[in-house]
Amino acid sequence: MDPLVSAASVLAAALAIGLAAIGPGIGQGNASGSAVEGIARQPEAEGKIRGTLLLTLAFMESLTIYGLVIALVLLFANPFS
Amino acid sequence: MLSFLATPTLPLASLEVGHHFYWQIGGLKVHGQVFIVSWIVIGILLIASLLATRNIQRIPSGMQNLMEYALEFVREIAKNQLGEKEYRPWLPFIGTLFLFIFVSNWSGALVPWKLIKLPEGELAAPTNDINTTVALALLVSLAYFYAGFSKKGLGYFGKYIQPTPVLLPIAILEDFTKPLSLSFRLFGNILADELVVAVLVLLVPLFVPLPVMLLGLFTSAIQALVFATLAGAYIHEALEGHGEEHGEH
Repeated sequence: MDPLVSAASVLAAALAIGLAAIGPGIGQGNASGSAVEGIARQPEAEGKIRGTLLLTLAFMESLTIYGLVIALVLLFANPFS
Repeated sequence: MLSFLATPTLPLASLEVGHHFYWQIGGLKVHGQVFIVSWIVIGILLIASLLATRNIQRIPSGMQNLMEYALEFVREIAKNQLGEKEYRPWLPFIGTLFLFIFVSNWSGALVPWKLIKLPEGELAAPTNDINTTVALALLVSLAYFYAGFSKKGLGYFGKYIQPTPVLLPIAILEDFTKPLSLSFRLFGNILADELVVAVLVLLVPLFVPLPVMLLGLFTSAIQALVFATLAGAYIHEALEGHGEEHGEH
């Protein structure tokens, strides 16, 4: 592989996963904070809140995973190599 | 690049990204390792169902108890998404999706496939191959189109221009992004789990990867739940038409 292409691919992979982690990080923080507030206000609803929280966290996490998929494609299945 | 991941020095949980055990069937090249593990997963599910239903007792025990619990679980998923009235015809589809993905994910994490040598590539969870997840996601697409057509006939296309025709391109685009995001979510999560475990095993072979493996088991189960839930939500959206729900993407 052209060394310039490999260097650019590694940088791009790092950027893809790093940038993709920012938004979901903020979102998961917000969601977890609200869930803790909800549990503090209504401890009897804890089970339901936890179930919903886990499901929504998985949705947010999948955004980072998209970045990870791009990073993996760049590293292992690079179309320009 | 990153060829250290493919070296055979890793004892149990290595991962060989991009190496496949090819079978030539007609003019097609297929990934044999995915087929083998899929067949094993299907076999496990079939045997479990047969064992559970062969000798049905009024008071369930053992295998029958387990499978009744699984049935109640997938019924809850379908009922939560599709509602009391419409969930029954879609229960087999959603339940099959959940059970197949769940058992595939856990088989990749729990069974020491590395002990079985293949000429090339290695056995792993079938869901860490993009082809499997794309196939499952396209099945979900077909299912919700079928649901919409069988309920409303050609009036189903009305949902594309329902609030305003301005949103037509976005409505069409949604039909493509749904299977894309479904397949990438599952594929990325499972591959990421196995990669993280492989890297940790490479760095510290003993004990340290255990918490990450447990986290992987947890995420795999959640991803199976998410896939089944989203399939239910999409089918519900097609059945209901436009209006109340716009939660998920």
